[in-house]
Amino acid sequence: MPTTPAPAIEVAGLHKRYGDQTVLDALDLTVPVGTVTALLGPNGAGKTTTVSILSTLIPADGGTARVLGHDVAREPQAVRRLIGVTGQLSAVDPLLTTVENLRLMADLLHLPRLEGRRRVTDLLERFGLTDAARKQGQQLSGGMQRKLDLAMTLVGGPQVVFLDEPTTGLDPRARRDLWDQVRTLVAGGTSVLLTTQYMEEADQLADHVAVLHEGRLVAHDTPTGLKATHDAGSLDDVFLALTDPDRAGSARAGHDSTEVA
Amino acid sequence: MTAAAAPAPPLTRTAPSGFGGATHDLVTMTRRSLLRILRNPSMTVLLVGTPVVLLLLFVYVFGGAFGAGVAPGITPGAAGREVYLDYITPAVLILTAASIAQATAIGVAMDMTGGIVTRLRTMPVASVAVHGGHVVGAVVQTLLATAVVLGVAVLLGYRPGANLLGWLGLAGVFSLVALTLTWLSVAMGAAAPSVETASNTPMILMLLPFFGSGFVPVETMPTAVRVFAEHQPFTPIIEVVRGLLAGTTVPTTTAWTALAWCVGLTVLGWLWARASYRKPRVTR
Repeated sequence: MPTTPAPAIEVAGLHKRYGDQTVLDALDLTVPVGTVTALLGPNGAGKTTTVSILSTLIPADGGTARVLGHDVAREPQAVRRLIGVTGQLSAVDPLLTTVENLRLMADLLHLPRLEGRRRVTDLLERFGLTDAARKQGQQLSGGMQRKLDLAMTLVGGPQVVFLDEPTTGLDPRARRDLWDQVRTLVAGGTSVLLTTQYMEEADQLADHVAVLHEGRLVAHDTPTGLKATHDAGSLDDVFLALTDPDRAGSARAGHDSTEVA
Repeated sequence: MTAAAAPAPPLTRTAPSGFGGATHDLVTMTRRSLLRILRNPSMTVLLVGTPVVLLLLFVYVFGGAFGAGVAPGITPGAAGREVYLDYITPAVLILTAASIAQATAIGVAMDMTGGIVTRLRTMPVASVAVHGGHVVGAVVQTLLATAVVLGVAVLLGYRPGANLLGWLGLAGVFSLVALTLTWLSVAMGAAAPSVETASNTPMILMLLPFFGSGFVPVETMPTAVRVFAEHQPFTPIIEVVRGLLAGTTVPTTTAWTALAWCVGLTVLGWLWARASYRKPRVTR
């Protein structure tokens, strides 16, 4: 056992190219255990790419990425045993019922039968899905599907959870419901890396905010710290200031603000 | 959050790894595939209906004339239809398997382009099980569907001459053919960039039996087509099915050729599908 426990996520000098386009350019990022980090940035900034590399979906071109001390490239199976991922596209099988979707996860994670059943019942209750237990995925509303998607992610009790734009397209109530679920999760000690286009979401949930712009980290701080540094009233203003296309060349200068964290 | 919040203890997992784990995952994914088939009965009706309609079309529209062409001395009309029903039933059964393979490709492409395979790839799931579940489900579906189509042929007057051993042989042949066609179509579905492509590519599996000995004797074709027809995989497969159904002997070379095609194409499909499973899809 190492004397200091490994951070939930530790990324150093991460590079990723698609063809001749650089998507991630020497990205450094650390997510401490039991905290939420929100990854912000314009479309195409590299948020989903970062999540894809960390969740063993795609290889990086350079640098290292570790989840709870396990290198994602060298020990992908060990990483897969520790993580849960809710991607942008729904992983709910539209033809299976809510219960069957959850049980599919329990079976694939090789949970013992009784423990799997108990876990599914718990999650149904916790996510308010008990009444929809026998409905097929295709019969659920968008908000319910998203909840089921997250519940499926949690069947195995993952220690690190990735949420890639989890509330896109949801109405305000469904969004708040999902935020409550994430808060409960983190209160239980789970670490979360979240990408979002909603600054309010980051403000509400995140202990730390990391802003990506053109594949680089241009800021990394607490929401309060970011607003103070940029003398801004909201994270929206911070976001706009940091990701101004006219300031693209000064991205490196903005990089210094990571030291504030 | 404070550092005091310790992570919840990980759940116990029986986690058999290696062969045991892969088998467990394959059983789980097969159960999912069979559930999906049950939940979408109109698809099964369509998959069985297509070969039945083809059978009726070929027997009752073309059969009177074609029958006289496949057996010398037969007069066109009712006698022709009877002979032609005998002649094409094996090929229509193979078409049934091809039609199910095509539907399977669509299911696989939906898994691949949606979020389901992405989720499974982030889990410690044996990769062979993800596509394998579709394949085993399709083999079961094929055996049931071919039995139904064969039943329709019998209602129309088809009389198979197979004995018990022959039926067992047929079950084996259809399992193997279904395995071959579905691994190929699963690979096509997995490699397809969209669900639309996945529904088009496997069309070749539906068309190829027509360029063989399934519907007319290859001797009646022009040389170039005949050479192709004699050497394409469906011809020996159809001849084996024809022989087993009729209860006549199948030439050893034909049987071995059919087996070699099936095994070779299954391995090809499996390798191709496996390569597509981990191939990164560009999402940012």
